[in-house]
Amino acid sequence: MPKLNTTRRDFLGLAGGAAVAGAVPIVTLRPIEATPAMLTSAIRNVVGEAQVKAGKVKIDIPPLVENGNTVPMTVSVTSPMTETDYVKSIHVFNEKNPQPNIGNFYIGPWAGRAQVATRIRLADSQKVVAIARMSDDSFWSVSAEVIVTLAACTEEVN
Amino acid sequence: MKPSHAIALALLLLGGSSLAAEIPGGERRSGYSFMGPDTRAMQDDDTSNPGMLFVLDGEALWNKKLGAADKACSDCHGDARESMKGVAARYPAFDKALGRPVTLEQRINMERTQRQQAEALPYESHDLLALSVFVANQSRGMPITAGDDPELKPFVEQGHALFMQREGQLNLACANCHNDNFDKRLAGSPITQGEPNGYPEYRLEWQTLGSLERRLRSCITGVRAQPPDYGAPELVALELYLMSRAHGMKMETPAVRP
Amino acid sequence: MASTLINVPPKAKRGDIIEIKTLTSHIMETGFRRTAAGELIPRDIITSFTCRYNGNEIFRADFFPAISANPYLSFFTIAKESGKFEFEWIGDNGFSTTASASIAVE
Repeated sequence: MPKLNTTRRDFLGLAGGAAVAGAVPIVTLRPIEATPAMLTSAIRNVVGEAQVKAGKVKIDIPPLVENGNTVPMTVSVTSPMTETDYVKSIHVFNEKNPQPNIGNFYIGPWAGRAQVATRIRLADSQKVVAIARMSDDSFWSVSAEVIVTLAACTEEVN
Repeated sequence: MKPSHAIALALLLLGGSSLAAEIPGGERRSGYSFMGPDTRAMQDDDTSNPGMLFVLDGEALWNKKLGAADKACSDCHGDARESMKGVAARYPAFDKALGRPVTLEQRINMERTQRQQAEALPYESHDLLALSVFVANQSRGMPITAGDDPELKPFVEQGHALFMQREGQLNLACANCHNDNFDKRLAGSPITQGEPNGYPEYRLEWQTLGSLERRLRSCITGVRAQPPDYGAPELVALELYLMSRAHGMKMETPAVRP
Repeated sequence: MASTLINVPPKAKRGDIIEIKTLTSHIMETGFRRTAAGELIPRDIITSFTCRYNGNEIFRADFFPAISANPYLSFFTIAKESGKFEFEWIGDNGFSTTASASIAVE
């Protein structure tokens, strides 16, 4: 895990600029950023050495979010969803949160439609990646760029 | 121009711009209209609105017997869907015994201590939020009527003066943003008119439900002023003024806002 | 038990693809936030969600800290037979909550 090296000036700058939440004194520092290597290895944990092809997957996510704490996201995969040709699972990753994983969703031909919606947290403007595993164990993916701004007024301890 | 006149003019301009223009009645807009479609969709569906989780909890509390009197709210007030209809829309309301307005949260605590003989719930506690959002939810869709009572007039005026008063290191009055600059953006976030018709509301920034007082204290902190304590007369007056400023606007509790 | 809100159509025709929406109360503490004193607030999240349709698992999800507080989930299934949907959320610190909803399929 990379060490967070902050000088006092950095800390004050970060703390001043960071969104603060909650009735309990909580400071959200700009979190330790996930490196592209973390994203790659998180993806590898799911797909192994298999090749990931672009296509079939779609991410519906606002390009400019209203608040990075709660970003509605829908992932859908084009698939006939029959007994022999269906989506086994959908895996969602991100580029710059402290952790590269967002969620894994396991479905099957009984789903009828390969579509999952949830709400996610995005710490910074970044790329969201969705990978679908098909019934033939092939992998398909898509990525979406999202802009995240901090809330305008820093809220301090309430 | 004589120096004293110049100074007077400068002061007038500085102070004068805090006498911001009121928003004409026809242009009043709920915070809902400033949000993007995703956030609106979150509010519109009761099974996807996180504020409704608190309404569920509030309903359970409404029916729970507690306190030394072993009474539930429902024992006196029956079905909230009937008895609480329109109540939140007219709060803060004048309390004759105290001779001043009280907020819905304060009223709930008065009922708890006086009638249920239970302890008052701390401000912003889960239970108090749940009860107040459950009660306020019964007014959803109804127009705000707060401030109608003539006894409230001096307190509405006090709230109005606070709304217009510049404060804090940033030297901003509520009116500077919420009367003069709504529809513009502050660092990427839309500036709303600051209407209170959705409270208690689920704020994405808080990732939980919160009261109007919490929002006011956050804003006051945001302009780098010292916020009054929860339940302070200044906050009650401000809340009363905001509700009367939104007179006629439909309640949306629990709203979802960024 | 945490509060939950479930949206399942009460009735459907056999073969219809129906949408199931769930919302549950949980702080989803990421484990990356600190108090003003600098102490790390420990992680406290829901880690998995399962939905069973008349006993058969039809949907499962792994949650990570990047899932927002009060997690919302929407997914689809084919209405096969009348019966019950059972939902279960499991998380850190022994967190466990369940809910259910019935459906009439003709």
